[in-house]
Amino acid sequence: MTDETAVLAPSAAGSERPAAEGGDRRQLWRSRRYRWDLRWSPYGFVAPFFLFFAAFGLFPLLYTGWAALHQVELTDPDAMTWVGLRNFTRLWDDAFFWNALRNTFTIGLLSTVPQLAIALGLAHLLNYKMRGSAFFRVAVLTPYATSVAAATLVFVLLFGRDYGMVNWVLSTVGFGPVDWQNGPFASQVAVSTIVVWRWTGYNALIYLAAMQAVSADLYESAELDGASRWQQFVHVTVPSLRPTIFFTCVVSTIGATQLFGEPLLFNGGAGATGGSDHQFQTLGLYLYEQGWVNLHLGRASAIAWAMFLILLLIAGLARLLRRVSR
Amino acid sequence: MRSLRAGKPTYVVLGVFTLGSLFPLVWTAVAASRNNTRLAQTPPPFWFGGNLGHNLSVAWTDANMGAALLNTVIVAGTITAGTVLFSTLAGFAFAKLRFRGRRPLMALVVATMLVPPQLSVVPLYMLIAELSWTDRLQAVVLPALVGAFGVFFMRQYLVHALPFELVEAARTDGASSWRVVWHVVFPAARPAMAVLGMLTFVMAWNDFFWPIVALTQNGSPTVQVALTGLGRGYIPDQSVIMAGALLGTLPLLLVFLVFGRQIVGGIMQGAVKG
Repeated sequence: MTDETAVLAPSAAGSERPAAEGGDRRQLWRSRRYRWDLRWSPYGFVAPFFLFFAAFGLFPLLYTGWAALHQVELTDPDAMTWVGLRNFTRLWDDAFFWNALRNTFTIGLLSTVPQLAIALGLAHLLNYKMRGSAFFRVAVLTPYATSVAAATLVFVLLFGRDYGMVNWVLSTVGFGPVDWQNGPFASQVAVSTIVVWRWTGYNALIYLAAMQAVSADLYESAELDGASRWQQFVHVTVPSLRPTIFFTCVVSTIGATQLFGEPLLFNGGAGATGGSDHQFQTLGLYLYEQGWVNLHLGRASAIAWAMFLILLLIAGLARLLRRVSR
Repeated sequence: MRSLRAGKPTYVVLGVFTLGSLFPLVWTAVAASRNNTRLAQTPPPFWFGGNLGHNLSVAWTDANMGAALLNTVIVAGTITAGTVLFSTLAGFAFAKLRFRGRRPLMALVVATMLVPPQLSVVPLYMLIAELSWTDRLQAVVLPALVGAFGVFFMRQYLVHALPFELVEAARTDGASSWRVVWHVVFPAARPAMAVLGMLTFVMAWNDFFWPIVALTQNGSPTVQVALTGLGRGYIPDQSVIMAGALLGTLPLLLVFLVFGRQIVGGIMQGAVKG
């Protein structure tokens, strides 16, 4: 608006000046502005993302590597002492690190595999024509709306050793009480259950979306060949969903390596140790313990890099598997 | 799509899944309506007691839930507004505008989705400590104000939902880029903006890892951080803990009750095109 008045002003004041010249200049200015706009405004539109990403994403990412080579204490983050690779060599000799790595792996397996398997079956059922399909979809997604904190606190009660609902049900069908919080394997199953509960519905919807994109012709020809529903599921649905299954595997694996809130809060009063004997301490929790309980930010950075390297390793393995299976 | 009808077994199995999904939430309310003594008895309670009001008020005052809820509304609201606005702008540029570096920049956006948040948590903490932002809400808001998923989501939507002709027509009429955004892009993107907004709000409300690093229970906690305080046994009463959990979950459950179908649609849409 201000540009327009600025251009119009002289021609209105100096009446001798021919109107055409003002029009030309205005035209020129407009087309220049138009080209300038066309050229640069795309960058204006993407700039906020990249500015914020540079400040809060890229810079920290690179700086983690630098911090991992230093001794840094949480109490005085400005004082950094160069220690080279010592944070990494310590990690290598650290029994708690390997313990956390092992736990992350087993809890990851215990949560990801049932989660995706159940989600696939659930999606298959949701794909049928039925009454109240919208209700069922929203209902199975509801756990997704529940926070890690709220969900874990409830499951702590449900998995209580003496008065918990799970053990009560188990005892009524004739099994002894299980110590869900202290048993090394039982506690990992319990933590995994929380993950499965929160994410199965979400994954089921992703599979459902992919199932609806599968062409009906495939099913018709399978039916003509006399395939049962189960055979159709195994030989038509699952192969058609392979890219989606791969995608959810990757996403769930990334999620599993970062597992943090569930083991933190499953641990009654003890905090970041992941159980009295570290029996369900994950890598994410161990990072938090090193950085914000033991105040060693440099070591926490080294753990972060170790986690990243493990993810890269998994990604590499997945690629390899994919190429082999093709 | 197939038109196979569901038989009775399908309804039964789905009913069981629905029960499994909803039971822990319902039972949160059941436990919140009892007292600690009753929760330490077998069999555990299955139905509501009369203690809900008392437990809610204890949780409200002792864990400072009122302030925590307000903080969370501010945090999640700002993150949602920022993410939706910036994602729409960037998504539009990547979907419909030509500019140098478009492809590599989009590849960079997608690549950022793969970086785990743990990798940047230490320097991010050092950064906000340097800025004296610890325990301030901007420490949680600013790093989450943009997200690669949002840009990706809006781009995928606008590629199909916004015809080139519409943008060209507005251009021919002499509209500047910003006018095009206001009069053409925003109206066309509105359904996707709504879905992205809801998904972002749910994620921001439930975010846990970074808030617990950046905020403390005694400063200006979000609901999730306040719940951690409850869980760590500052208040050892289990029924009060459940009341707190209920308070932290209820607002989102209400969102779900109203917009559940749209959220389901949004997740499925993002999945197919993703």
